[in-house]
Amino acid sequence: MKPTGPVLRLVVALVYGFILIPIVIVLAVSFSADNYIVFPPSGWSLRWYGTLLATPTLFEAFRVSVMLAALVTVLALACGMPAAFLIARHRFRGRDALFGFFTAPLLLPTLVLALALLLAFHPWGLAATVPGLVLAHLTVTLPFVIRILTTAFANLTPDVEDAAATLGARPFTVFRRVTLPLVVPGLIAATALAFLLSFDETVISLFISGPRLQTLPVAVYHYVERRTDPAIAALSALMITGSIAIVVLVERMVGLMRAVGR
Amino acid sequence: MSLLRRPGMLWLALPATAVLLFTYVAPMFGLARMSFNRTLPGGAMQPDWTLATYAEMAADSFNLELTLNSIQLSFTATTFALLLAYPVSLFLFRTESRFRSLLAIIAIGPLLVNGVVRVFGWIAVLGDRGLVNSALLALGLVSEPVRLIYNWTGVTIGLTESLLPYMVLALLAGFGRLDREVEAAAMSLGARPWRVFVRVTLPLSLPAIVLGWLICFILAMSAFVTPKLLGGGRVFVLATQVFEEAVDTVNWPLAAALSVYMLVLLLLFLGAYGALTRRVER
Repeated sequence: MKPTGPVLRLVVALVYGFILIPIVIVLAVSFSADNYIVFPPSGWSLRWYGTLLATPTLFEAFRVSVMLAALVTVLALACGMPAAFLIARHRFRGRDALFGFFTAPLLLPTLVLALALLLAFHPWGLAATVPGLVLAHLTVTLPFVIRILTTAFANLTPDVEDAAATLGARPFTVFRRVTLPLVVPGLIAATALAFLLSFDETVISLFISGPRLQTLPVAVYHYVERRTDPAIAALSALMITGSIAIVVLVERMVGLMRAVGR
Repeated sequence: MSLLRRPGMLWLALPATAVLLFTYVAPMFGLARMSFNRTLPGGAMQPDWTLATYAEMAADSFNLELTLNSIQLSFTATTFALLLAYPVSLFLFRTESRFRSLLAIIAIGPLLVNGVVRVFGWIAVLGDRGLVNSALLALGLVSEPVRLIYNWTGVTIGLTESLLPYMVLALLAGFGRLDREVEAAAMSLGARPWRVFVRVTLPLSLPAIVLGWLICFILAMSAFVTPKLLGGGRVFVLATQVFEEAVDTVNWPLAAALSVYMLVLLLLFLGAYGALTRRVER
């Protein structure tokens, strides 16, 4: 018996078409020569990529998003790594409750979280500020980082660490020289995910950001709300390419790391 | 085990706890607290302990309409997503193709593309001069463009696509119970493929279906970007109303009360769904 029949394959191909069509069309429209979103375009050009370079608001929003994602990633790893290590490698009462607390924000609808953050941050003077956006993004990235790193730490066997400790290494040396190198694949995955999550975050940023401080998704949102022209297709194409590049990079690096480890 | 059993290592949890107390616990309490404040006729907010906002919300029949809109949209999009994701997940689970991991990544691809960008993609596909209408006009099937965006049709299509990756992941995770041996046994006893599917494959994957449907329904109920942008201001659901009250009208007690209402609705739904599945499984 063959694992997949022709009917199943046909249906699957159609669903893949449905998934890919908006992305493929965006890529095609980004090279359009028309003033509006027309498919198929009447001609091809790179003019909308040029328009993009000449639109300072989008450029500034891109700069904000990259800076924000970098800050959020560093902080999420700095706060998340010790917490994940504690949960994965230490036995204490209330451990499950602590893990539940750390991952609870993931259970809440982002919209509700976004509103709660706006209501809290506004009186504190944090709305539409960089520290406010960093903290708001941490609410969703930190739980993800803790979850991934907890799994990574829990999958290590403690034998190697014990051996190092038996040979007289101090706890921090054991962590730095033995534990950390072993969780590098998990760390890479967590770093990439934290960066992408923050860079792509739309709903929370929409609530928290103001006219003078916009992230890239918020700028695109307002642009699409007002008008639709191929400039946004060009920008979307760049964003899609960026996401794919990061995913491929991580796949290569983690895959490579595993190969080296073996 | 000296490292692992050392007492006094709890301080390791301190930074993450501090951040989440500040960005999650305090804001959520603040949200609940805000819903008991009062909005004065001029629009100013007055600290209070009153149920006035909830009373106002309950008295407005528009909120009932929004609730029904949200439920109907979520129900439709989730069901479509299940119908589309099921064959893909089954294929990914069974296939021995060497492109399996690539195909799996494409299936969850929408997760990697920003929600606003995907909405824009659908505008290019479904708009008046988009791919679908160009094809329909060229084939002479219609004489003028069919309205496919800025209405419920567009929102349903866009939402279905955004739910697909979550559904595929949930189904794949739950397909562990599927056993090719059982299907092969049914086949060797003379059952036709379709009958094998209905009597063996489908019942075995029912828990995965239930879980995937539930996760996606909850995501759909709180989805905001797709209804807002693909709806073009003509599609009203609870999520868009929360944003409207919070950012445009700036009636924070009402926005908070609507959010609390949405959370309670989701919890009630979770409870009912749990009770129902327990009865079915018994």
